[in-house]
Amino acid sequence: MDRFVFLLSTGLARGAVLALFALSLVIVWRAARVVNFAQAAMAVVAVYAAFALTAASGSYWLGLAGGLAIGALLGAAVERGLMRRLPHLTPLPGMIVAIGLVMVLQSGLAIAFGPEHRPMRPPFSERPFVIGGVPVLSPYELFVLVTAAAVMGALALLFTRTSLGLRLRAAAFAPETSRLLGVRVPRMVTLGWTLSVATAALAALLLVPTELGLNPHAADLLFVNAFAVAVVGGLDSPLGALAAGIGVGVLSGLVTGYVSASAAPLAVLALLMVVLLLRPGGLFAPKEARRA
Amino acid sequence: MRLTLRAALITLAAIAATFGLDPFRNYQLATAAGVFAAVAGLTVLVGLTGQLSLGHAVLMAAGGYGYAAAATAVEETAPWPLVLLTGLGGAAAASGVLGLLLGLAAARLRGPYLAGLTLALVIALPSAANVLPLGGEQGRPAPFFPVPEALSALIAVEQWHAWLAIAVSAAAVTPLVALRSGRAGLRMRAVLGDETAARLSGVDPALVKTGAFLASAIPAGLGGAVLAIATQQVAPGGYGLAFSLLLVVAAVIGGLGSIGGAAIGSVLVVALPWLVDTAAEAVPADLGQRLTGNLAVLLFGAVVIAVTLARPGGIASLLTGRTRTGKPIKDRIPSEDAALSTNTER
Repeated sequence: MDRFVFLLSTGLARGAVLALFALSLVIVWRAARVVNFAQAAMAVVAVYAAFALTAASGSYWLGLAGGLAIGALLGAAVERGLMRRLPHLTPLPGMIVAIGLVMVLQSGLAIAFGPEHRPMRPPFSERPFVIGGVPVLSPYELFVLVTAAAVMGALALLFTRTSLGLRLRAAAFAPETSRLLGVRVPRMVTLGWTLSVATAALAALLLVPTELGLNPHAADLLFVNAFAVAVVGGLDSPLGALAAGIGVGVLSGLVTGYVSASAAPLAVLALLMVVLLLRPGGLFAPKEARRA
Repeated sequence: MRLTLRAALITLAAIAATFGLDPFRNYQLATAAGVFAAVAGLTVLVGLTGQLSLGHAVLMAAGGYGYAAAATAVEETAPWPLVLLTGLGGAAAASGVLGLLLGLAAARLRGPYLAGLTLALVIALPSAANVLPLGGEQGRPAPFFPVPEALSALIAVEQWHAWLAIAVSAAAVTPLVALRSGRAGLRMRAVLGDETAARLSGVDPALVKTGAFLASAIPAGLGGAVLAIATQQVAPGGYGLAFSLLLVVAAVIGGLGSIGGAAIGSVLVVALPWLVDTAAEAVPADLGQRLTGNLAVLLFGAVVIAVTLARPGGIASLLTGRTRTGKPIKDRIPSEDAALSTNTER
């Protein structure tokens, strides 16, 4: 029982990071109708920037802020520089360019910083609190949960309660009509990419201190799991990403704890396969109109 | 008939070329032949049906494991040609079953979903090797084929393996060429062009997509068997994400949908990393160590981006002077995605 509570609570923190990364995939999917396969590589670039800044200034918070800024800039640059120039009628060119970008960014990082794992220190202790003799969350995991919840809340407010959020949603759902009504659609798409990559960078920044260390492939598994989360929740549904993120985080935590660490990716793959075959639109997506 | 003749001529020319190469080059040629079989399958899948698979390395691995298991089972009792054929049968069966499963999923999924599913498959392969009875990280040994008596005075073992590799790849790719230029290829293009129109003309898109995935998986599995022949083993480490992306790179650089382009792309992804790494040994040790393995990937990534932006037809379109599949991507009627965006407008 103790073990179950412990696994459940660490799974919860892991799930919050997953949900955040999945949310970043949902944002860019809603803004530009692409799944950004380079999201992990771009996020890791931001983490390297944060790492360098922290090492230079000695402040974790300065590194965090710098990493988010670099992530946001990178998102805007990739949208303006690459994605905008592609034909948008099929998803294929966008996916292929994203794969090329993954190769360029990851090998560029490996050339610049070397392939070794660089340990990143979390700003808070990782020793769990003990409540009634049962180890539960650590201060760092609590920090992760609070940050993730705050950012998701802020994004929800932005999208549903502000005029900018309305313009973002309008540009994504009906570009032609929005343009006629005076919304600068290209700018909104760029902004969607910016928000999305900054969110992904935050998720990677929260994840890396709990893993082996920083290396160019540090977020690969996070991307695959977050993709599974986004698909399970429905690529169009932010709430779905949240619920599925927590669910998949807890599931993979329990499988890691009770079966083995190497069984967790298989469990996620099996879940992805089942959901894709039974409900390809995701569990939370609105039912799609009948085609043909 | 003309196709068989052409395939035989190209195969003979490739086998003749092995006499001009040293043992290491012949080993590389065998590797390139294995990669070629997989890339040919992938390029037909992506170019003709628009389904992007990031997991063809896993299909190759499935073929390699199937080959190793089947060939090892009869190794003691049968003469070597029978061992080889049994192994190839095992490779085709293993990759075919996995390809059929993926194809059934592919028939229901649109672009990004399928790519994500196949990506998850690649990431899960090392775990699968540990959990399933596949020999863990060491993988499985595969039988070694020594040079037959009659030829042993003439050629070295690497050259013999290159011959086997070329023959197996030819047998894997030739049916694919026939498929591509025949009725099935036409159906695939029809489904890619406009699914609704294809359905109205009596073409079942689900059937075509599943069939295309199956037809693409079997050559990939045979390619995996070729690699197992050349290295006498199959291990999960050789079929990771980096290798899987290299297969996509080979298909894109060669020109999606073009078999000749796939051949050029395969030779490039085998030869260029080796060339770059040889060159990297010339620079100071620390920098050289970082460049090894990474510089080639960086170059490939940049070339893939440049090709997709500027010349979607790849090398094949440079050679023939027309953008074979490049044009349709730009001008294609957006039936799928228009349906998608209007549905979500509600």
